[in-house]
Amino acid sequence: MIDHLIPILAGAIAAATPLIFAGLGELVSERTGVINLGVEGMMLTGAIAGFAAAATTGYGAAIGLPAGALAGAAIAMVFAFFALSLAANQAACGLALTIFGIGLSAFIGQHYVSYSLPGLQPVAIPLLADIPVLGPILFKHDMVVYLSFIAFALVAWTLAKTRLGLLLKAVGESPEAAHAIGYPVLGIRYGAVAFGGAMAGIAGAYLSTVYTPLWVQNMSAGRGWIAVALVVFATWKPARLMLGAYLFGGVTILQFHAQGLGIELPVQLLAALPYVATVVVLVLISRDRKLLQLNLPASLGKPFLP
Amino acid sequence: MSPPDPRLQLLNITKRYPSVVANSDVSLTVMPGEIHAILGENGAGKSTLMKIIYGAVKADEGEVMWNGRQVAVANPAQARKLGIGMVFQHFSLFETLTVVENIALVLDEPFDLAALAKRVTEVSERYGLPLDPFRLVHSLSVGERQRVEIVRCLLQDPKLLILDEPTSVLTPQAVLKLFETLRQLSAEGVSILYISHKLHEIQALCDSATIMRGGKVTGNAIPKDETPASLARLMIGRELPVCEAPLYTGDSRPVLEIAGLSQVSDDPFGTTLHDISLTVQAGEIVGIAGISGNGQAELLAALSGESTTARETVRLDGEAIGHLDAGRRRDRGLVFVPEERLGRGAVPALPLSRNALLTAHRQGMKRWGLVDYAKARAFAEQCIARFDVRCGGAGSAARSLSGGNLQKFIVGREIMLAPKLMIVAQPTWGVDVGAAAFLRQTLLDLSRTGVAILVVSEELEELFEISDRIAVLAAGRLSEAKPKADTDAESIGLQMSGLSNEKTPESGHAHP
Repeated sequence: MIDHLIPILAGAIAAATPLIFAGLGELVSERTGVINLGVEGMMLTGAIAGFAAAATTGYGAAIGLPAGALAGAAIAMVFAFFALSLAANQAACGLALTIFGIGLSAFIGQHYVSYSLPGLQPVAIPLLADIPVLGPILFKHDMVVYLSFIAFALVAWTLAKTRLGLLLKAVGESPEAAHAIGYPVLGIRYGAVAFGGAMAGIAGAYLSTVYTPLWVQNMSAGRGWIAVALVVFATWKPARLMLGAYLFGGVTILQFHAQGLGIELPVQLLAALPYVATVVVLVLISRDRKLLQLNLPASLGKPFLP
Repeated sequence: MSPPDPRLQLLNITKRYPSVVANSDVSLTVMPGEIHAILGENGAGKSTLMKIIYGAVKADEGEVMWNGRQVAVANPAQARKLGIGMVFQHFSLFETLTVVENIALVLDEPFDLAALAKRVTEVSERYGLPLDPFRLVHSLSVGERQRVEIVRCLLQDPKLLILDEPTSVLTPQAVLKLFETLRQLSAEGVSILYISHKLHEIQALCDSATIMRGGKVTGNAIPKDETPASLARLMIGRELPVCEAPLYTGDSRPVLEIAGLSQVSDDPFGTTLHDISLTVQAGEIVGIAGISGNGQAELLAALSGESTTARETVRLDGEAIGHLDAGRRRDRGLVFVPEERLGRGAVPALPLSRNALLTAHRQGMKRWGLVDYAKARAFAEQCIARFDVRCGGAGSAARSLSGGNLQKFIVGREIMLAPKLMIVAQPTWGVDVGAAAFLRQTLLDLSRTGVAILVVSEELEELFEISDRIAVLAAGRLSEAKPKADTDAESIGLQMSGLSNEKTPESGHAHP
């Protein structure tokens, strides 16, 4: 039994990795009060930029991920200009960004449809990988998966323990008060949006250069939206976000196995399962309305001009 | 020995906004250790002037001298570096952070919450401002929040402390305590700029005063040598208006009866109401004193019908209405003037004629189910004329009116509905002295025609001026309403603080 579960769980970790990057980025952005619905578009932009860079230079993910991050952050600045500097409606700007990202990535991507990349080899971490059960689940992955662990630790630590984390939360709660005591609210929000874009770009580049190392139009397949939903249902807490991401990854892998076993269900229904399961579980977790309200960044979605 | 340089000197400051000149040629001087009052009405330009000193707003003309040298304060951070601290009228605190986290965000020093918490405790004890550094701000009373702001300034070792209307949210006892702290600071050489429109406070506390009206300085005075009347003349250009409360001679019958109203708030930052009972008779005004956040919003919602309760808990003229929504309560003769004029009392972007419709549509403004705009317009024009609303006519947008004029319009609109019961929240909040007196007199006159009026206000003086009986709402509990003659500001203040300032964790809303 355990022997069957280990590959499923290990697969879940890998499948969750893009959600973790994109989700952590969106979480930081939303903590400062900016809701960016363009995650899907930023992921696709990152995916094609990363793939193009990796394919052109031949350095693979090592150049693909930074290129994806850069592209994601760059396109996020378009959103930031309209939603922050011009105080336009954040939801509308985010939707526009997603549509823009889908189109742009498809347009650039038409030259790369037949390419494929070598991907990344798993690296077993000495000692840790030998722990029974946990070792093969957690510590026999490609480097980017480990990078996602580090990213989680860094974001969680920054938010909980540092002045920067406090400042992000403060800006999200009351931009007016933050401005009154002399902080550059717009600058901080620009930074958070850029971080969100870079993380979404990394998520996309991971998909196109490591996870399924080839370019397929619209390959993020709604993961950007799941990332946005995860952030809300995780009540803006990084640890809960990880939980939701792994759950999504787990059900994704499970339904592949179910398809392989020939379970008599329409494929489309199985494919929809991860989305349904994640939303249902997270809704159950976050059904405490008071908790949701206490953690909700009070200025979320509201434009602020000093 | 030559006299020391002034701590702060403003020379000919002018600040223009597109529609108004906020400060015109303002000059003032503050010496080290001096407590200097800026006295003026709402809209006199006091707040703009303070923001210029604090670097939040840039002056168009004029000079700022700091310890004898000319400075250009570009932003609040630079002001803090110079040694200027400011306690804001609307607090600049973050509710979901703790006291010490809020303070850490302002200080330019390495991030060490444990060490800072120790210093917070030290400073707060030294100046008699007790604070628990690890409490979340949203669980603090308003007085405690102000302490956080003051301690936050003190930790930066200020040479000048600016306080903008600091007592508007404090009980009389807390005001005395604050004055002690300020005198101690002044004795240590800290200069204080004290902004207020309350004459007796300025006379009790300040060494000197600059009086402003309409953006200009209208006089300098030593407050202790002046009378309230002479200060008022400088501030508003005439005598302080006084309200007259004639005796009510009509029939007395209970119009509003609240019995055993308890309600758990579903807002995590809200207050739970505990067993509230109160009767308001026809022809009387009952005032509810207390500091906002002690259940005021919840009580008003339960009375106006925005939140419904058990049927029997609220009665209007004998009829149980607890279960009815706001519209059906209004159909029965209850009117409500909310605290937020723009957004709740009136729609900011709509003209007054359409704002009249919001509640006055019951006055036959419908024909065949369609709105009769001509009638709405006539109603609004009548209201404007009868209640002396200064505006560009029934077509002007609600947001273009000053606070006082909009309030006159909203109160007038409700009075023209010939109510049995009127509920008013903060009737004169942010309203100039003249309009405030007019509004108070209007309420008094209305009550003497046999209408029952319930006023919820933070201004004790106002309640004592117009109420027949006064009750106190603190921590979600309402005290017995006592005839005005049987109580005084001190005992009301004690009831306000007795419950609200010592908020126990059980009654705090963070622990449902």
